Amino acid sequence: MATATTFDHAAPPQAGPRAFIARLRHGDEIAHVITLVFAAAILLITSMLVYELWVNSVLSRTKFGWHFLWTSVWDPVFDNFGSLPFIYGTLVTAVVSLVIAVPLGLAAAIFLADLAPRKFSDPVSFLIDLLAAVPSVIYGLLGVFVVVPLMRTVIGPVLKSTLGFLPIFRGPNYGVGFLTAGIVLAIMVVPFIISVSREVLLTVPREQREAALALGATRWESTWQVVVPWARTGILGSVFLALARALGETMAVTMVIGNDPKISASLLAPGYTIAAVIANEFTEATGNLYLSALIELGLVLFLMTFILNGLARILIVATERGGGRPS
Amino acid sequence: MRKALTLALFLLGLTATAGAQSSVLLNAAGATFPYPIYSKWFDVYHMQHPTIQINYQSIGSGGGIRQLQAGTVDFGASDAPMTDDQLGQTKVKVLHFPTVLGAVVPTYNVAGVSGDLNFTQKALTGIYLGTITKWNDPEITGANKGVNLPNTDIVVVHRSDGSGTSFIFTDFLSKASDAWKSKVGASASVNWPVGLGGKGNEGVTGLVKQTPGAIGYIELIYAVQNNIPYGKVQNASGKFVKADLAGVTAAAAGAAKSIPDDFRVSITNAPGATAYPISSFTWLLIPTQIPDAAKRDAIKGFLKWMLTDGQNYNEGLSYAKLPKLVVDKEQKAIALIQ
Repeated sequence: MATATTFDHAAPPQAGPRAFIARLRHGDEIAHVITLVFAAAILLITSMLVYELWVNSVLSRTKFGWHFLWTSVWDPVFDNFGSLPFIYGTLVTAVVSLVIAVPLGLAAAIFLADLAPRKFSDPVSFLIDLLAAVPSVIYGLLGVFVVVPLMRTVIGPVLKSTLGFLPIFRGPNYGVGFLTAGIVLAIMVVPFIISVSREVLLTVPREQREAALALGATRWESTWQVVVPWARTGILGSVFLALARALGETMAVTMVIGNDPKISASLLAPGYTIAAVIANEFTEATGNLYLSALIELGLVLFLMTFILNGLARILIVATERGGGRPS
Repeated sequence: MRKALTLALFLLGLTATAGAQSSVLLNAAGATFPYPIYSKWFDVYHMQHPTIQINYQSIGSGGGIRQLQAGTVDFGASDAPMTDDQLGQTKVKVLHFPTVLGAVVPTYNVAGVSGDLNFTQKALTGIYLGTITKWNDPEITGANKGVNLPNTDIVVVHRSDGSGTSFIFTDFLSKASDAWKSKVGASASVNWPVGLGGKGNEGVTGLVKQTPGAIGYIELIYAVQNNIPYGKVQNASGKFVKADLAGVTAAAAGAAKSIPDDFRVSITNAPGATAYPISSFTWLLIPTQIPDAAKRDAIKGFLKWMLTDGQNYNEGLSYAKLPKLVVDKEQKAIALIQ
């Protein structure tokens, strides 16, 4: 209601139906109702989604209980299901992709927003927005035909010979695995980070930068110490958008991760993610318990996304309190 | 305005009733493996009988069975026969009609090996159980005299998506090895002891081609159409057989004598010197009670055509024909649909 009256400068608040009609004429009430309905629809869709996942996973939830979350066997023949390797694979690939994509995307966004001439940055930004719209199966093919062979013949052997003392780069290297999936995911999410971060960086007021320059900061100092902290909230937002896409990506991941539900310390080992196993096994899942377990996996993925988004909110609130943007 | 609306509604009603009288639309859903031949059949049958249209969605065997149970389709299709449990959960009685035959072949990528490799049943089960890990294991070299097999690791590749191909392959492994049967079993998706998963025939083929020392299994049709080399497999008589359409039909003929009345039978490891051991029927799942007479006649008519003229389209699409014994038996079973 507050918004409905705030913008109502023309007519001061009056009582009675005549006032309502007057406001209707301005469109405020209509806009209010319509936007409310759409906002409520989002809530409704989300709660219906959770409700459906919850109801349809009842067989699996009653049979396995909390064990579902920390057992590692996935056996459709003997109806024994645990989700830990899938949760692990989903988290590991998402983290690997962010470790690669965040520095890359942030650096590119800073360059495009702050340092590059407009003649260069505009067409490049357009291309980046195009990249964000490429279907994931295309990235999957890129992974299969380029990243996987490169991983097996170049990247993997180099990592093993230089950093092989670390447990994360040990064991056989098939070309497919957590690291390959992480790299392909990074390529997929980097456009989101660049695109959103650049927009946010462009909204930083000119005066902020000019003030820093006037105080004797170099161009880089003004960018890194004034502009980027100002835009921190928006940049974090872009990172979490990227994380959400990485968690839910199906097609490109299943093509390059090896689809083996095992928990391995090595990033070179094959693994599996929640989204990938649902896509792979849902169509041929015949048993009721089997189907229910797959739906429960969907519930787990939903909760993971929910929790990570919650953490993101907390992080944003915490950084805002710590300074930066004086809002 | 209102007049126009009434007229439009009237016309709509008219065309709808006219459509219902003159044509029959059948909805079906299920297995993806026979989809190319099914869409060919339904297309040709529609051209010969313009009033009958069959709409088939290849959503997978599991989905086909579920939709049949829910009553949202007129008939289903599956690469694996329905289990007793599944039949118990279905309100209507369901008949199985074998339509075509498919086979699964081993493909591999071993340095220095160009000819066909022979795989004993013990070798295949050992490889997929993870007990045979090198290409120069005696179980493999023993069946391939004169082939210089390297001392490299075997990289096992299987399907990651649930599929009839995996069902046929694991069904064969279950018959070939008690250890496999008790430890892993047969299903569209299993808990694989070892190996990488590739999505679809193309995913498995891609992984095998790219990975030195890899072995995988793919559909015969896919191997033939894409010129992918594949190995010979030892059959129940101890002979090494290279899969081809005749060998698959021979396997079905070998099993046909003991085929049960409900056609729910696995023909992997079938007897017969020329029988290829990793092959299977794929089935249409038809309810015994079809209250709508027009639909019932349409389905019965199609089944009769499929068993006779329809079979001539099989080999062009690399599916093996049904043996005569099975065709005769199925034609009798059509009468059970009421």
